[in-house]
Amino acid sequence: MFAPSAPTRLGTVGIPRAERLVNLVLCLLSTRQYLTAERIRNIVPGYADTGSEEAFYRKFERDKAELRDLGIPLETGRNSVFDGVEGYRIARRDYELADIELASDEAAAVAVASRLWESPELGAAARGALRKLRAAGVRVDDGAPAPVEPRVRAAEPAFPSLLAAVRAERTVRFDYRKPGETASFVRTVDPWGVVAWHGRWYVVGHDRDRRAARCFRLSRILGSVNTVEPGDEAAFVRPPAGVELLELVTGAEPNAVEPTSVRLWLARGRAQGVRRHAEVLGDRELAGKPGQEVVLELEHPETAAGWLAGYGPDLVVLEPETLSKAVHEAHLATLAAFGGEHDGQ
Amino acid sequence: MTGSSTAERLPRLLALVPYLVSRPGVAVAEVAADFGVTEQQVRRDLELLWMCGLPGYGPGDLIDLSFSGDTVTVVYDAGMRKPLRLTGQEATSLQVALRALSETPGIVDTDAVRRALTKIENAAGRAHPAGMVVDLDERPDRVPAEVEETVERAVRQRAALRIRYYTASRDAITERTVDPLRLVLLEGRRYLEAWCRRAEGMRLFRMDRVDEAEPLEEHACPPAEARTTDLSGGPFRPSPEQPRVELELGPRARWVAEYYPVDELTELPNGRTRVVLRYSDRAWVVRLVLGLGGRGRIVSPEDLAGEVRSRAEEALELARHLPST
Repeated sequence: MFAPSAPTRLGTVGIPRAERLVNLVLCLLSTRQYLTAERIRNIVPGYADTGSEEAFYRKFERDKAELRDLGIPLETGRNSVFDGVEGYRIARRDYELADIELASDEAAAVAVASRLWESPELGAAARGALRKLRAAGVRVDDGAPAPVEPRVRAAEPAFPSLLAAVRAERTVRFDYRKPGETASFVRTVDPWGVVAWHGRWYVVGHDRDRRAARCFRLSRILGSVNTVEPGDEAAFVRPPAGVELLELVTGAEPNAVEPTSVRLWLARGRAQGVRRHAEVLGDRELAGKPGQEVVLELEHPETAAGWLAGYGPDLVVLEPETLSKAVHEAHLATLAAFGGEHDGQ
Repeated sequence: MTGSSTAERLPRLLALVPYLVSRPGVAVAEVAADFGVTEQQVRRDLELLWMCGLPGYGPGDLIDLSFSGDTVTVVYDAGMRKPLRLTGQEATSLQVALRALSETPGIVDTDAVRRALTKIENAAGRAHPAGMVVDLDERPDRVPAEVEETVERAVRQRAALRIRYYTASRDAITERTVDPLRLVLLEGRRYLEAWCRRAEGMRLFRMDRVDEAEPLEEHACPPAEARTTDLSGGPFRPSPEQPRVELELGPRARWVAEYYPVDELTELPNGRTRVVLRYSDRAWVVRLVLGLGGRGRIVSPEDLAGEVRSRAEEALELARHLPST
């Protein structure tokens, strides 16, 4: 247990910065009058021993910036028209979190929500919010597990600058490459929001060149996101009333379709990744190799060619012919790319 | 975590007094747990607060704390009875997370989530336009309902499980006995995080690759060193000890760089990309590159490239034996 003696408690030598700042907040919260920097220098411990005028102002500016970074509403103003310089105070009603009480199931929900972010900035912000709720008297048991713990990452380099642009309603410009395209294009977008769906981040907004709402996957943005100076562009286009950002992202996805039956030959004991989805029809030898004939239901057989081609000689597509051809062509293309020789068919 | 730099410490110091005001006689250990710092750090913070107060800074002006055993009570709060309101980012991070949970049944009671959200929005005061939407919906992967139920029950009851699991990197199905720790929903997929007795290590099992699950009449007993994994790097955790393969990807194979974590990425002319991947199994690389059908090629090592070439040749050779239709 600590028990500092009275003299050290009032000592002013080497007052730590954190202590000076806490005292500054307490002082400005307790005053209705605006206090000038000069008054603050005389009152708040930790400033009096600052050497020159210039050194004091430097220190005071830094302290003010730190308080504002924390979101402390530092007001400036004059007590009367005769005052020569502005002073400072903190209005209690702007500083204090409103009363809040959470039932235990509500607090449990907040605990799970505060653990959601696997991103340094958002995670720190959520923990900061939780700390303040606890300080407001809310009991939050952080250890209570959820049946499944959701986690969301935001690791894409473009994420912070896009979110900032969304909040500030600033037009952005970035280099974007659509999947499968050789060239990238510069896109100019008024961003309305960032959306996470199926673990991927998208930015949704008004595409200035296409004059329509568009969504862009963050992982396909090349290089940095730059804000466009408001001066040289038309006003920021806001989302139309009632627009659902999520729907703009999910709407771009194809709907589920009827599955197609695919018949395959698999070498014995191989291609486990295919086998676990397949039904064995019976044993069959192919070119003297033992194996089985199987059937597999695929929703998008046209996109399965790559997956099936990966199994090489452990798998042969029997049906449908389009898929069989696609896999065959994939192998021919591989040989061409790797400089192998084959007489083809 | 030391928690001693001013930028980290000041928000905590400002929250500590109202926190203590709302909990007279709270144990220092509980304070430490709630603020995520050591008890020693809490004591240092309290010592500092004890030096702070209102102008005048006499005995009646300073924050006063009383200690009894290992508990602490605020005697005088110097006017700091309430925490600072939420910043825009704090409000957003919590509200976006709550909104996501409110749309996803089966995690927490969605009704409680909505009530909490309303209260937090009211307390946060000003409307914070979020500009951010998170949807926790899972990808349409096929997880058999009975597997899902069995695994959920085992996690809840802390019971050991036997699972039949498909390991994509080795294209192999194995039977394993695992001690479940938790279920995680990450990037639209469910994972079982468990101690694997076979591998003697923590593993993330993708639920859509658990083909069968059977509960054992046995409590889960993960060893003391079993810790939940830091997921900030994503579910795949390539390690620098793993061998590397350098690939050149055409525009239509670029998804590889989005899907797998890559060590290095260099943009080349004509939309081509050069990446370095870490792998644990050669056969996995061969399968991946064969599946690209010439849209990507192995730059190095040369022997892996040779393996891809000969697998493609064998596949073409085999297809010739098919009766023509």
